[in-house]
Amino acid sequence: MKKSSVWLGVFSALAILLAVAQAKVLINAAGATFPYPIYGKWFEEFARKNGDVQINYQSIGSGGGIRQFSEGTVDFGASDMPMTDEQIGKFKNKPLHFPTVLGGIVPTYNIPGVTQELKFTPEALVGIYLGKIKKWNDPELTKANPGVRLPDNEIVVVHRSEGSGTSFVFTDYLSKVSPEWKSKVGVNSAVSWPCGIGGKGNEGVTGVVKQTPNSIGYVELIYALQNKMAYGWVRNSSGTYLKADLDSVTEAAASVANTMPADFRVTITNPPGKKAYPIATFTWLLIPSKVEDAGKQKAITAFLHWMLADGQKFAAPLGYAPLPKDVVAKEEKQITLIK
Amino acid sequence: MATTAASSAPPSGGAQVWLKRLRSGDEVARLITLVFASIILVLTVGLVYQLWATSSMPRHKFGFTFLTSSLWNPVTGQFGALPFIYGTVVTSAIALLIAVPLGVGAAIFLSELAPPRISSLFTFFIELLAAVPSVIYGLLAIFTLVPLMRDYVEPFLKKTLGVVPVFGGAIYGFGYLTAAVILAVMTLPFIISISREALLEVPTEQREAALALGATRWESTWQAVVPYARLGIFGSIFLALARALGETMAVTMVIGNDPSIHASLFAPGYTIAAVIANEFAEASGDLHVQSLVELGLVLFLLTIMINALARLLIIATTRRGSAQS
Repeated sequence: MKKSSVWLGVFSALAILLAVAQAKVLINAAGATFPYPIYGKWFEEFARKNGDVQINYQSIGSGGGIRQFSEGTVDFGASDMPMTDEQIGKFKNKPLHFPTVLGGIVPTYNIPGVTQELKFTPEALVGIYLGKIKKWNDPELTKANPGVRLPDNEIVVVHRSEGSGTSFVFTDYLSKVSPEWKSKVGVNSAVSWPCGIGGKGNEGVTGVVKQTPNSIGYVELIYALQNKMAYGWVRNSSGTYLKADLDSVTEAAASVANTMPADFRVTITNPPGKKAYPIATFTWLLIPSKVEDAGKQKAITAFLHWMLADGQKFAAPLGYAPLPKDVVAKEEKQITLIK
Repeated sequence: MATTAASSAPPSGGAQVWLKRLRSGDEVARLITLVFASIILVLTVGLVYQLWATSSMPRHKFGFTFLTSSLWNPVTGQFGALPFIYGTVVTSAIALLIAVPLGVGAAIFLSELAPPRISSLFTFFIELLAAVPSVIYGLLAIFTLVPLMRDYVEPFLKKTLGVVPVFGGAIYGFGYLTAAVILAVMTLPFIISISREALLEVPTEQREAALALGATRWESTWQAVVPYARLGIFGSIFLALARALGETMAVTMVIGNDPSIHASLFAPGYTIAAVIANEFAEASGDLHVQSLVELGLVLFLLTIMINALARLLIIATTRRGSAQS
């Protein structure tokens, strides 16, 4: 009698455990590192509101995210660059891109003796990264910065050494403003840089710039803000010099919202808006258009609705630019495509 | 199983003797340890096979030009390994050039000349250094070594030896030489620690005999003790070399990560391990990934070649030398 009651206890405990496990929807995702802080916050907040859903996110990088998503080892992916036609072609059901927040990329520099904030024309950035503008007192730079005593020193160019979404956006921008860059170097997460030193990660680029007099690098706006780094103004397509901030980055997306392709696969560098910062980007969630598991399908769509509404409020305090209203409305429509 | 049994047993009455050995446990122990040892072989072969199999695309597309091309452009899909091979070999060679005299010298002092108490204190610190993670060395290098090299060492070399192209060109602080110096610092503990062990293994009679023949302390050390411990010292150097060839984190933080070949040691370069660490996670397209895998294969072959050369060196010097009993 005693023995059987023990077994009964064990079985009922197992049954309860199983029931709990079944009720909980576990979703695995992987991808970009840039939005990891806000995704972490979102998934935590969402799980608090919906106790039965748990989203586990691995920030392994955009390329890794696309690869794992393509191989089906995660339920959805995340990337700082849109998938290519070739990558999408490998899917039976076309995956969907959902922009989540926006980020900007800023030029940061270290010139001893210069305390003013520098202004950069697109031509200056292209020239420096092509290795054609070699000195800080080049006319292209002094013209844009009247009143700043730029030294007669060689510019030490710093770029990202590893493949990264940040480099993708930066090279995408340089390609849009310079046909020469487009034909000589091109757009990619990793390119063959014509000159300069490679630093690993935002922190690597920052380290090299801080350690090297007369250097210039590029980092994500959020990283520059958190580390209180000096960064320059960039002239946009309408001729206005802008310093990257949350408003000017959101404006970059707003100014292309109407001309955007329906699948959101678009880079928003060098946008037409007067108040738009020119080196900005979406970061995307990559969602399958067909989710086999009904529970997961419900959870993912619920999360997307929440992310586009309440979730956007978490963006600004963490340093991410929220989506413009027009883009949110378009994305709401796209959610219905998830079957 | 059958073959091992046959080979281990003597030809006359083989099976019975083998059974006896099996009962007494010797044969069991032999077989078990044989399995353990063969794991190394299986791992090595498996590793090479895997690297070979997953690098078929660039092998077919580039063939041997992969080894001779210095073009590395993920955008156009052109991949060549030469700048990385060059960077790996150059940084490791300079690192050893710095670390071997220092390390062997320190080991001689610690084992032969220093009082035991000081020797064990130093050994403690050396083991501490060997346990420091390489990313810490890398950070230290960025914040202290790079400015030091940029502001003092490299300008000095340029001023004194600048006529040689190796010590010419622009100075950034990030480059081959800085990477080599940090590699030397990182491999030093291995050389000291293992060389010291090897020197301590030398029988006291060896020293006494030399001293009895009228040798000074230094002559006995240099002519009787060091040659005797030669194998151990070589072993420490090869271990250090292997570490230098494969070191990733610290190197990628200071070498500048520029995939081209420069004559100047001050210029930024790249190593095989560094480019794999940098680009693998975010590689664009299969050809890029597989080219990185092929670089791994190249590094493996490079290590094998250098190890083989090292063995030849040992054989050559052992035949020539006479101190080895």
